[in-house]
Amino acid sequence: MLAKRIIPCLDVKDGRVVKGTNFTGLRDISDPVELARYYNDSGADELVFYDITASAEGRKLFTDILKRTAAEVFIPLTVGGGIRTVDDFDRVLKCGADKVSVNSGAIANPSLIGEAAKKYGDQCVVLSMDVKRVGGRFRVFAKGGREDTGLDALDWAERGVGDGAGEIVLNSIDTDGVKRGFDLEMLDALAARVSVPIIASGGAGNMEHFAELFAHPGMDAGLAASIFHSRQVDIHELKRFLRARGVEMRI
Amino acid sequence: MIAIIDYGVGNLFSIAGGLKAIGAEAEITRDPARIAAAERVVLPGVGAFGDAMDKLRATGLVPVLKREAESKPFLGICLGMQLLFDKSEEYGEHDGLGLIPGRVCDLRRDLSDKTLKVPHMGWNALEIRRDDPFFRYVRNGEYVYYVHSFYAKECAENTLAVSRYGDVDVTGVVRRGRVYGTQFHPEKSGDTGLRLLKAFAEL
Repeated sequence: MLAKRIIPCLDVKDGRVVKGTNFTGLRDISDPVELARYYNDSGADELVFYDITASAEGRKLFTDILKRTAAEVFIPLTVGGGIRTVDDFDRVLKCGADKVSVNSGAIANPSLIGEAAKKYGDQCVVLSMDVKRVGGRFRVFAKGGREDTGLDALDWAERGVGDGAGEIVLNSIDTDGVKRGFDLEMLDALAARVSVPIIASGGAGNMEHFAELFAHPGMDAGLAASIFHSRQVDIHELKRFLRARGVEMRI
Repeated sequence: MIAIIDYGVGNLFSIAGGLKAIGAEAEITRDPARIAAAERVVLPGVGAFGDAMDKLRATGLVPVLKREAESKPFLGICLGMQLLFDKSEEYGEHDGLGLIPGRVCDLRRDLSDKTLKVPHMGWNALEIRRDDPFFRYVRNGEYVYYVHSFYAKECAENTLAVSRYGDVDVTGVVRRGRVYGTQFHPEKSGDTGLRLLKAFAEL
């Protein structure tokens, strides 16, 4: 059977990895290529690179980093950030990305998922959503979690999968950076609505939180950034811990 | 030199990088003379079967590949592996290269548990059924990375390894003569994948 996946996420700005708490107060951590190599060696199952650069120079730096990473790290690479058109898919796929994640770009242009899936296949298109509770509903937020789109998250996910998204990254703004565990209530609600793999994001603070996540059916992967970057949680150790708890892991 | 066949399908960047990482010399090409001069051939591929076969035919390389597969180690990867078979049922019926007997069929249809997710996407353990020099550097049970919705069947006599998904034995590695195929992506299977590529480069 398929192993559950552990995925470190690298937010890249101007050629450097940064990670914020609740999306504010970014702090510089490391060189992305070096960090990618480190994660590959420590057993990461996949890497996610988010380009949070706005400038053209930053974007150029990002594609260079992607190329250098893909030339020496041989695990799946997912790339997101600033993906607005099918040409953006093309740009990052040519640099060695395997999957492309869309977020605000799909909100601004809902036909993007369908067009990209038709051209590159469902397995290539990842719908990433930043979701927050508003008045008891799960609401999609855009622009790095700053703007309430008014969209219902579960309806949005269902529509995205219908259009051809092959995987969903659900990032809970409510639990992101808080380190008290993944948003299992939100994730369960999503798993009840879609049948594609779900990557849980936001809230992992320790190894136990991953064990709790994978005890829920329909969860395929756990994504985190700061706890891995800070080496608070070591991926090798995490995977041995989870395997001992009966979770299938690639070790 | 290992020729990586360029027929406008798939990301060749990672395969070339993986071969380079194990110290092999690789060249991305569609030139029949370069393919003939190569010591080994890699046929990559992602996307749909019929579309890929059409593109391969358009390059005029079908007879070249059939000829080269007789005389040197040949490796089809993912869709490139599926193209080695007689036929595929992906969106209608399509003829493949016919280098290995068997058919490429819908995985979802054969899974009894309909809650299992398709594409079969992620890391699955490789169960080696038949020892082979291709497995020189790997152990039984190592994990490899799959992304696919169709799989090869009716090819048991040429199957070297499988991965279990639900109640289906997904054909993972096939071999007939010097023609090998992997349904998974060795160039995305971390260190395990690189060791398989290394074994292929030494065949």
